Amino acid sequence: MTLDFIIDAIVTVIGVTTPILLAATGELIVEKSGVLNLGVEGMMLVGAVTGFAVTLNSGDALGDWAPWVGVVAAAVAGAASSMLFAFLVLTLASNHVATGLALAIFGIGLSSLVGAGYVGMVIPPFNQVFPDWLATDPIGRVVFGYSPLVYFALIMVFAVGWFMNRTRAGLILRAVGENDISAHSIGYPVIAIRYAAVAFGGALAGIGGSYFSMVITPMWAEQMTAGRGWIALALVVFSGWRAGRLLVGAYFFGILMTLELYAKASGYSFLPSQFWAAMPYIMAVAVLAVMSARGVTGSEAPACLGRPFMPNS
Amino acid sequence: MSLVTRRNFLQTAAAAGLALPALGRAAYAAEPLKIGYIYLGPIGDYGWTWAHNKGRLALDAALKGQVVTSYVENVKEDASAIPILKDLAQQGNKLIFTTSYGYMDQTIEVAKQFPEVKFEHCTGYKHADNVGTYNSRFHQGRAVEGTIAGLMTKSNTIGYLGSYKVPEVVLGVNAYTLAAQAVNPNIKTKLVMIDSWFDPAKEAAAVQTLINLGCDVVAQHTDSPAGLQVCEQRKAWCFGQGADMKKFAPKTQLTAIEDIWGPYYISRAQTMLDGSWKPDDAWWGMKEGTVVISPYSSAVPDNVKAAADKVIAGWKDGSYDVFTGEIKDQAGTVKVPKGSRMEDKDLAVIDWYVQGVQS
Repeated sequence: MTLDFIIDAIVTVIGVTTPILLAATGELIVEKSGVLNLGVEGMMLVGAVTGFAVTLNSGDALGDWAPWVGVVAAAVAGAASSMLFAFLVLTLASNHVATGLALAIFGIGLSSLVGAGYVGMVIPPFNQVFPDWLATDPIGRVVFGYSPLVYFALIMVFAVGWFMNRTRAGLILRAVGENDISAHSIGYPVIAIRYAAVAFGGALAGIGGSYFSMVITPMWAEQMTAGRGWIALALVVFSGWRAGRLLVGAYFFGILMTLELYAKASGYSFLPSQFWAAMPYIMAVAVLAVMSARGVTGSEAPACLGRPFMPNS
Repeated sequence: MSLVTRRNFLQTAAAAGLALPALGRAAYAAEPLKIGYIYLGPIGDYGWTWAHNKGRLALDAALKGQVVTSYVENVKEDASAIPILKDLAQQGNKLIFTTSYGYMDQTIEVAKQFPEVKFEHCTGYKHADNVGTYNSRFHQGRAVEGTIAGLMTKSNTIGYLGSYKVPEVVLGVNAYTLAAQAVNPNIKTKLVMIDSWFDPAKEAAAVQTLINLGCDVVAQHTDSPAGLQVCEQRKAWCFGQGADMKKFAPKTQLTAIEDIWGPYYISRAQTMLDGSWKPDDAWWGMKEGTVVISPYSSAVPDNVKAAADKVIAGWKDGSYDVFTGEIKDQAGTVKVPKGSRMEDKDLAVIDWYVQGVQS
């Protein structure tokens, strides 16, 4: 158990966790505004294919700046796909669950279609932001050796926590999610606020998706997020709609997933591999059970979550 | 989640099915033979499904005008495969290839209801009057990889990224390990099963873990090139899976096993056309051209190339078999006595790992 070994393990955990954390942070804001967007998986895939395609196609013209533009494009594409959902559920007051599922399926299909021409191509990995002497230092790499998206994800989760709990705008957002009719009656633009929240969620899901196609495996493959969008959704519930717990929960999931791989490769086969694969979910159930038994769930589920809002009816 | 996509596809396919026989009658004396495929992954996975689809395209090209092929991708290995297979049969497909192990019982069930339709199930072992099976001896390629790995490892610890504990994967792990031990007795193989055929992020994390635990050569038995990209970044040797994946690991891919299904699909379609189709239990390999080793990278030294070529030549002329005793399992029990070779029927249901595999 050398230091190198521990650092390698930490790097693996952070790689597993970051995309889920990004998508879940975005979804947290969406749900806090009272909207349930189940389309995270679809938005992530749209972001993944867009980030990859833009980076690949602008590589000649932009050089080192291409992946940055790719990430911005992924955010824009994720937000744009979420606007379809927003129009249906906010303007036309359709059912959140059904529309969200439709967005997930739409995103899977659209990304496959757009990505068909990009299968089998590669881009340089977007996995370093600090100079070599910091990022590849045997010890320093544990702090400085990551993709810019890793730092961005951490900054965002703290920023979202601060925004929700320490700012007036965050208070308004939560009010809209808790009681849309009251918020509307005292003059807040409920629909506009929700549009903004959904767009933010779409942008972060898109960036989370781009982490797959630009950092972990710099290539495009259909459905490469392989269900991480659904885990991000579960994580928001697991966190009790709190940013701090979301961060802890995301790393908790990441550590368990990595632990599974280490246990298998080290020959701890006294447990069947299916058990290891189920471990994160078993632990999630256990943690939730313990928390509720002790009455400390502290869940801050928004009261209006998933309820269509029709101010003029 | 792809149910809607699939339905849409089937509607389109059904519409095309209505139009095409009419065209066929006008242009040819006989209607073209309709052949259907179901795929586990997306055709863009650049792995297993991609290779089957290439085989289908080779069939299209070889028997142009005589066959019409169609496919449904992203079909789960559960009960949802049944209505899809029925749809394909009802659309008039006379030969249907089900291209993954997990479609076994569904294939048998649907085949009972459509006795006039022929089914071929890939990598399975259940047969019926209208159900045959086919497979490829991928373990022949794994033995080549193991030979190279055994000679090129510095740590004597080599890695294997697996999907599920099914006979095909177990054969791969064992062939890889045995061949490596044949050239380097100190070899240990670390094995990680990720319980998925296609999950690039988990494949990447698993390969990172193998490298973290000291593996300097990693073979993969999952369907995306994710593992190779990790090996390229971490400077570990690796092997392509299903296709030459050099572009994903230009510096560290040593060679690759290419799955070439075209020859088999063409030969089976031919037997349908001349009426001689019988349920088969085909297990082709290097000799028949369904398992092909990609050109070696320049990183492979000449003596290693020679050793690997010898294994390939041995498989082709039958003088070599990696499953020749004495072979012990993980607990040290002798499973294959000295000098004897494992029979195909035992290989097809193998569920134990050889000594030296850590799992």
